Amino acid sequence: MSLSEEARPQQAKTPIRKRLDALPALRFSIDDLFETSTTILAASIILIITVTSVLLIRGSIPVLEGFKTGFFTGTNWISVAGSESYGVLPYVLGTLVTSAIAVAVGVPLSLGIAIFLAEMAPWSVRNALSRVIELLAAVPSIIYGFWGLFVFRFWIRDYLEAPITSYAGAFPVFQGTPFGLDILTAGLILAIMIIPTVSSISKDVMMAVPSSQREAAYSIGATRWEVVRTGVLGYARSGIFGAIILGLGRAVGETMAVTMVIGNASGSAALPTSLFKQGATMASVIANEFSEAESGSLHLSALIGIGLTLFLFALVINVFAQVMVWRVLKVRGGSVE
Amino acid sequence: MLPLASILFEVVGKGLPAISLSFLTRPTGNVTDPSSGIGNAIEGTLILIGVTCLIAVPIGLFAGIYLAEFGDNKFGRTIRFLNDVLAEFPSIVIGILAFSVVVIAIGHFSAIAGAVALSIIMLPIVTRTTEESIKLVPSSIRDASMALGIRRWRTSLSVVLVTAKDGVITGIMLSIARISGETAPLLLTVLGSGFFFSGLDQPIDALPLRIFTDYKNSNYPSALAQGWGAALVLIMLVLGLNLGVRLLTRGRSSFARARA
Repeated sequence: MSLSEEARPQQAKTPIRKRLDALPALRFSIDDLFETSTTILAASIILIITVTSVLLIRGSIPVLEGFKTGFFTGTNWISVAGSESYGVLPYVLGTLVTSAIAVAVGVPLSLGIAIFLAEMAPWSVRNALSRVIELLAAVPSIIYGFWGLFVFRFWIRDYLEAPITSYAGAFPVFQGTPFGLDILTAGLILAIMIIPTVSSISKDVMMAVPSSQREAAYSIGATRWEVVRTGVLGYARSGIFGAIILGLGRAVGETMAVTMVIGNASGSAALPTSLFKQGATMASVIANEFSEAESGSLHLSALIGIGLTLFLFALVINVFAQVMVWRVLKVRGGSVE
Repeated sequence: MLPLASILFEVVGKGLPAISLSFLTRPTGNVTDPSSGIGNAIEGTLILIGVTCLIAVPIGLFAGIYLAEFGDNKFGRTIRFLNDVLAEFPSIVIGILAFSVVVIAIGHFSAIAGAVALSIIMLPIVTRTTEESIKLVPSSIRDASMALGIRRWRTSLSVVLVTAKDGVITGIMLSIARISGETAPLLLTVLGSGFFFSGLDQPIDALPLRIFTDYKNSNYPSALAQGWGAALVLIMLVLGLNLGVRLLTRGRSSFARARA
């Protein structure tokens, strides 16, 4: 808060000070300089976001001009100069499918962990397990990818995909001979990666539910599970929903782990028609092709176009999530007591 | 948790054989050469971290100070919200940004482009933790300092910030752990190289990038072994920083841990 004139500590009236005081236009102090400089640096955040948007749009203009809405609905991806054709639909679908798998598998696990930690675990277990989950969140995604490529996918291939193929291989969603590097594996690794985020936020939200809610539920005869379901989860619903959306945002933007295990198909071969097919996500295409795209070429512009699409996706998801989590965590203190 | 155990087990198991003093200090050169090491990758990561901190820490500190001291107005709320938005940007989009600004300007891939990308990732984290740490300083300290006649700016910097320094340093360390593992923005900005540092405007290698290149070359067994070794070094760095932060904040409030 800015202080009023009287509240500012009195400065000794040196000769220079007296002259400055006499010139109202020049009245400034280092305090003002301090305030101004911190304001400017804080505003750099706005600058960064604006510059990002402008550059992404500007970079995509060539390819959008060339293909208009075909860019968003086409499925080709040919970068040979002269017969170029770019369509991002397979990659958008790839991102959606892998993120859907991540959420479908990861969220129930995360909620289970969160409920266990918030409601049932003794505090020593809760602390220890929370630390472990934080460590899991700290592992860089490329290590997840490396591990996924050389360890995890063999587990998936041998224990998950082989049995499924032998029993249900006829179903369209399970077609193809799996060798571990496919959309399913990518989705599962994403699920592992979002568990720390979703579970720790959900746990925080659940712990923020005032105990009066739980006590009230107990007092009308609810069982343990019913207390959790009605007293806690109902109250925390929008916060948990926000945590899920935040996890989804992370899954959408995740690049390296996905690139290394998804098999990297291209163009219409990347359409996710089967869980066992190789695929690609928006992020993985950019990661794979960016360093080879020639500067100023249509290929580069197409890649920036994907970046723009991804940016918009992530932006919408994350703003939505922020609003939801904010709402619950703000209500924390002044609720029905 | 099972995946964490498996990751640690595999990385340590496969990485440890590769580690030796020469491995850690020799440059990569030609990756199929069995005598190549990851010395330049380690050096690259350290340099990138250093330059990134030089850029992001002052800006983040001052922005956090602004939000904590002067930020109760609409502008402050907007900045806070946008800060959280920036923190969630996909790192590859930030890579595109750094590419479009720095790589195009200089004309080729460079270390400084990577540092710019990493500082954009680091900035929101430092801002957020600084703000929260300062807010935790009891107002009595600030009042006492002003009552003694210390100017506003001096109070903020020398009294309040110093009191909050534990939280701030925690935030910085956690964000360093985060950016040392970031690969995607580096892919688009620094290209990687087989050689030691040759200038801020030249391509540079870094641990996560080295791991990625080894994955690409993983048909060669020496490259694969190198990848595991690099992964081990990286994970030790990251987990070491995280555990160090936990140890330092033991007994204090948990806000600092939860914020990054």
